[in-house]
Amino acid sequence: MITLQHAYIVGGFFFAALAVLSALDQENARRLRNALFWALLALSFWGGGFIGDLGNGVLALGLVALAAFGLGQGKPKTTTPEERRASAERRGNLLFLPALIIPAVALAGTLIVQHTEWGPRLIQDQHKTLIALVIGVLIAIGVIMLWLRPPLLAPLQEGRRLMDSVGWAALLPQMLASLGAVFLAAGVGDQVGRLFAEYIPLDTRTIAVAAYCIGMALFTIIMGNAFAAFPVMTAAVGLPFVINALGGDPAPVCAIGMLAGFCGTLMTPMAANFNVVPANLLELPDRKLALNGVIRAQIPTAIPLLIANIVLMRLLAFP
Amino acid sequence: MLVLLGIAVVVFGFIVRANPLLVVMAAALTTGLAAAWTPAADLNVMLAAARDTLASFGKAFNDARYISLTWILLAAIGLLERAGLQERARITIAGVKAATVGRLLWVYFVIRQAAAAVGLTSLGGHAQMVRPLVAPMAEGAAEAKFGALPDKQRYLIRSHSAAADNIGLFFGEDIFIAIASILLIKGFLETYGIIVEPLQLSVWAIPTAIAALIIHSVRLWLLDRNLKSALGARKQEAPGAASPEAAP
Repeated sequence: MITLQHAYIVGGFFFAALAVLSALDQENARRLRNALFWALLALSFWGGGFIGDLGNGVLALGLVALAAFGLGQGKPKTTTPEERRASAERRGNLLFLPALIIPAVALAGTLIVQHTEWGPRLIQDQHKTLIALVIGVLIAIGVIMLWLRPPLLAPLQEGRRLMDSVGWAALLPQMLASLGAVFLAAGVGDQVGRLFAEYIPLDTRTIAVAAYCIGMALFTIIMGNAFAAFPVMTAAVGLPFVINALGGDPAPVCAIGMLAGFCGTLMTPMAANFNVVPANLLELPDRKLALNGVIRAQIPTAIPLLIANIVLMRLLAFP
Repeated sequence: MLVLLGIAVVVFGFIVRANPLLVVMAAALTTGLAAAWTPAADLNVMLAAARDTLASFGKAFNDARYISLTWILLAAIGLLERAGLQERARITIAGVKAATVGRLLWVYFVIRQAAAAVGLTSLGGHAQMVRPLVAPMAEGAAEAKFGALPDKQRYLIRSHSAAADNIGLFFGEDIFIAIASILLIKGFLETYGIIVEPLQLSVWAIPTAIAALIIHSVRLWLLDRNLKSALGARKQEAPGAASPEAAP
């Protein structure tokens, strides 16, 4: 059976290759820092299960230190814009096909595990989509290599070109998830909820609904994740006030409350994988600002939608 | 109350624009130390608390490796870019006369939302779709209409490409019953003795999904108008490039 461990071994190879290729890149003045950064990540993927919790913490600390000192931008050899244009003209729309292999395999893998007898024996059920995604990537690379015959190292060099353009931001989502675990253990959420309930008069339906939805959005902006905000705000405001005291129906209150949190996700740089990673991938000049172009494009949708959520909850949750 | 210092560190870190990874680590250590602090705590106690915090951060970091695993996608995407995928997307879309930036992003947004609503959240994403396909297509549509783009509009179009992906995903996925957020709500309510079925929850995501569809459709329509007034006039000034619809 293919498990997440196997996928981690593949991931470790990818990051280890980035480390080696970075170290050899004469064009990058900070090549050793880049090499060390990707090497630590490779170590995490291969050996994370063996070095203990404190070991992993020190490893994370090392990654943070390297990122804080600053990584460089590698310059792997790639094709020129003219070559790319010529290739695009020659190959036509067939070029889109390999890109679709990845989601297709991820979807097929998920469905096979869900709906066949033999699927769960092939792929670990708990992480089926992720494992199928990795398999899809490997298949897509295989197809492209056979079809286009680029140099053997091309997938790793091109991967390095893109990874270096994302840089340390690649690790921000994983780091934030870890911060969430520390917050939970220290009871940060309980404290925030208590403060909220203490200072706002939550005795009418409209105010309670607005406080819950805006609180979800605000706390999501701070935490970067509606999943982290939901248990806190619902335990502090949603359940005791909107549902228990004022008679709201739990299903619409919670469903719409979560979506009010998603409006917050659209407005925060803490939601790194949604708002910071694309700004890096798209090479926006303001990608380091708290309110980068992606977030500024989203705010005018997020605020009307938050108001819509408040109105919808007020109308739909009290039958 | 002291544990809230961690949140203050996060906010402060973003205001002074420190490296976000550093901010996260500092917030974690601050929180762990604040939770352990008492007036009687000496240096040894605090050192032990720092070590414990680092260990619990490390454990969570190790458990969350799957988040960073998805980066291997870039090896395949980079290979295709090498062969001209972005250029191909631009050529293809430039050939479609009706394509404007707003209409193109609208089509992607609607497909993304509909696909997420039936559980196909992996059809899309910034690394897989936005950078290699959607953004170049949208830029191509604008270039076909208005010629070479100034940086301001180019980056505006790119930002809107990412926004269409996010908004479509967020306000589509909760309609699907087996998505993580629906399961989180169900599990949370169960701990308080309230039993709801996933389907009950997901139907209540539909009104917001429709509101998102309406609001963002208007936004993309406005984007087209904005681009037309910013770039259409500019093009008219160029000799021989005036289009009849851009007058007066």
